[in-house]
Amino acid sequence: MILTALMFYLFSLVCVVSGLLVITARNPVHSVLFLILAFFNAAGLFVLLGAEFLAMILVVVYVGAVAVLFLFVVMMLDIDFASLRGGMRQHIALGLAVGVILLCELVFVVLGWGGITQGIASANPNGAVDNTQALGLLLYTKYLYAFQLSGLILLVAMIGAIVLTLRGRSDVRRQNIGTQVGRVRSQSIEIVKVTTGSGV
Amino acid sequence: MLDIGLAHYLVVASILFTLGIFGIFLNRRNVIIILMSIELMLLAVNINFVAFSSFLHDLTGQVFAMFVLTVAAAEAAIGLAILVVYFRNRGTIAVEDINLMRG
Repeated sequence: MILTALMFYLFSLVCVVSGLLVITARNPVHSVLFLILAFFNAAGLFVLLGAEFLAMILVVVYVGAVAVLFLFVVMMLDIDFASLRGGMRQHIALGLAVGVILLCELVFVVLGWGGITQGIASANPNGAVDNTQALGLLLYTKYLYAFQLSGLILLVAMIGAIVLTLRGRSDVRRQNIGTQVGRVRSQSIEIVKVTTGSGV
Repeated sequence: MLDIGLAHYLVVASILFTLGIFGIFLNRRNVIIILMSIELMLLAVNINFVAFSSFLHDLTGQVFAMFVLTVAAAEAAIGLAILVVYFRNRGTIAVEDINLMRG
């Protein structure tokens, strides 16, 4: 019990602090790295909640794909980040006001609400199967159409990203497969009778 | 204090969500940090989903958290692709310069 509480406070503290550093770090590469740290600690919170499959998915999808994508874009674009930080002082008051008001509202809602007083669910609410299996049983039966739809969303996103960033450069020579396959014998082979002693 | 309840998780999630909102206000000019703030907000939403799912003994919340993850991944990919194309055309990613519909 005390170990669970300690782990909760550790994970949530690191998560919140790294979330704060994401938005305040001077170097965007550091921001991405703190984002990765926040995701890892959120995965720890998920494990504490008994959602171990989602925790692993969070690490694989977010840390392995999304954060690395951010890292690539930050590192490959040649951006003058110092100029982008100008005007931060004039926004900080408005941001703080909105943030404090929103946080107070959210915390008051949480604290004022009576809440559910049950303890933490075990990892296997159905009793017999573990979390991953139970999720699969639910996902492939009741939420099958939504699951297929999310696959479609990913496909559209993938094709969209490729179409957006693909550029046909005209200054490079490329293999033209259509021309290559469409060649016929008469265009490419010529039979020459060479008399002895003279060149072609 | 040592008995971790649903409210603890909800408070953590609301702090993260507020940090996301605050990050958008703080880094108004940098699109990359704004996208990261959106990721933070989606993470807070996911923590809410999973916390409720765990305390209500209902796996539906975790299923929807997975859908949120999917949409977040798609959103990050498309957003970063648009960012790369925009940077290629204009040479900047400052938000206040993004005010033309035509490239």
